Amino acid sequence: MSAPEDRDLPLPPLTPALPPARPGPLGLFLRNGNALVGLLILSAIALAALLAPVLFDYGPFDMVAMPLQWPGQDPAHPLGTDGLGRDLLTGLVYGARVSLLVGIAATALCLALGVVIGAVAGYMGGRIDEALSRLIEFFQTIPNFLFTVVLVAIIGPSLSTIAFAIGVVSWPAIARLVRSECRAIRARDFVMAARAVGASDLRILFTEVLPNALPAVIVTASVMVATAILTESALSFMGLGDPNLISWGTMIGTGRDYLRTDWFLTAVPGGAIVLTVLALNLIGDGLNDALSPRSRTR
Amino acid sequence: MARSNSRRRLIARTLLQAIPTMFGVVVLNFFLLKLTPGDAADMLAAQSGSATAETMAQWREIYGLDQPLWLQLWNYLGNLARFDLGLSPRYQVPVLDLILAALPNTLVLMGVAIAMAVVAGAVIGTVMALTAGSLIDRLLSVLVLVIYSVPGFWIGLMLIVFFSIHLGWLPAGGTGRTGAGLTGFAFLLDRLWHLVLPAGALALFYVAIYARLTRASVLEVRSQDYVRTAEAKGLAPVVVAGRHILRNALLPLTTMAGVHFSALFGGGVVIETVFSWPGLGRLAYDSVMGRDFNVLLGVFLFSSLLVIVINLAVDLLQSWLDPRIEA
Repeated sequence: MSAPEDRDLPLPPLTPALPPARPGPLGLFLRNGNALVGLLILSAIALAALLAPVLFDYGPFDMVAMPLQWPGQDPAHPLGTDGLGRDLLTGLVYGARVSLLVGIAATALCLALGVVIGAVAGYMGGRIDEALSRLIEFFQTIPNFLFTVVLVAIIGPSLSTIAFAIGVVSWPAIARLVRSECRAIRARDFVMAARAVGASDLRILFTEVLPNALPAVIVTASVMVATAILTESALSFMGLGDPNLISWGTMIGTGRDYLRTDWFLTAVPGGAIVLTVLALNLIGDGLNDALSPRSRTR
Repeated sequence: MARSNSRRRLIARTLLQAIPTMFGVVVLNFFLLKLTPGDAADMLAAQSGSATAETMAQWREIYGLDQPLWLQLWNYLGNLARFDLGLSPRYQVPVLDLILAALPNTLVLMGVAIAMAVVAGAVIGTVMALTAGSLIDRLLSVLVLVIYSVPGFWIGLMLIVFFSIHLGWLPAGGTGRTGAGLTGFAFLLDRLWHLVLPAGALALFYVAIYARLTRASVLEVRSQDYVRTAEAKGLAPVVVAGRHILRNALLPLTTMAGVHFSALFGGGVVIETVFSWPGLGRLAYDSVMGRDFNVLLGVFLFSSLLVIVINLAVDLLQSWLDPRIEA
């Protein structure tokens, strides 16, 4: 015989007699050197992406110089030019727009779907939970990337369809997370108290349960932006990028034809991807340290 | 007795649950694919360069593309019940043959990649945990984060530049030297030689995940009582690390390796493209582009089935490794 409630009621950590003078989550995050570096890199990339039309007189598809110049060969084009004489740096900066936009849009869609489905499943329980869990399981059985390829190929490649496809395919991770958080939280005392004073289900969900699940969702979301950027680059590398926009993956795909002689065409845009994704992962780690309760008791 | 019973029940339950899942995979993808503009007849016409409306109508009749959708689905499901995945209009071969020809290549690639990732990740993670907080630990954790941020297809291309073009040590693509007439051990060695770069590129991302997992779980296991006991009775640190810590700490890795299978399959699509590896991913991508939907449906079906089977295998493996886990 075990107490029925011991499942969802973990023993809370011992509170020290005197609360230690410790910084809040924001202070913790800003004190984290790695996270700060990540934030700095990402801000620089985002700023360059925003200012792209101001920074360059020509577009990423304009042929502006001799083709296939190596980085450093011509001071006017510090990162060199591709096989058609297009400036590589311009491509990088305009590509940042595509990557960041897809990353943010896909994550937003993913959050909307994942939070709603996860919260409903976790909070309602019973048959609804059963059905939604099967749906989540179903989506996790299908190979994600292949499904994204099919979706993009069907609707036709464009910025919005790529973001849509990535979001539709990756929501189960968020849904699972929100579901388990909601299940853990809904049996806690403050939720019981809210119910006792007659708060409606929807109200409890939005004012009590979801805010408590938020930290875990924020951490996952930052990593999800990174994953979406990686997926977009893989899609456009395979030739499924938006044909009207330059993207880092497209640049790598084009550069592949010159791999034997001019490998910098592949190396440079790849470096941009690594830098952006690394910055996002550093931020995600910092957020995790600052927000997760487990590390707070350490 | 009770254990073998519960295992049998697990297998039965998983397989029973697999049926609606597989049915869902087929129906969902069937309708999605039929929504796509263009069909196999259009692609065949584009390929041949000249096709009259009559020949195209004839093709559609041969492959049943002129029938109403529900009838097409019904026929497909009916054939499926007899393990017939249909015919590929593009290659004029049964879909099952195409898939079975590509499947071993993909399984080998993924198996070797997972093995490489688990070994490298376990080693890096253990070193990190045993030196936790030191400079080595911090340097390795930065390295792990960088590895985690690198797109697999790009590192694949860079590996080709360095090892194939620059140094000329490793082949840049394919599964083996064709027409060399290699047999026995030499054949196997040649195969492995061609596997190094694609499997390495595919594995890298997972090395990072396994390193972090191992670090966390080694740190956790290390503080357990039985480890303290082993240390107290004077066992060498290497013995404690190997026999007492690692054995228990590696358990979470087996779960994750199962979970990652479907993601690995997706990553394989791009890696197979980079290294011209004739696997399932490549086959699927070509069928998307060629509107060869019978093949694509077959690949989806097979890969979903594989995910289910491998997850079942992982569950069984775990209950065998750790008897405390109820199957």
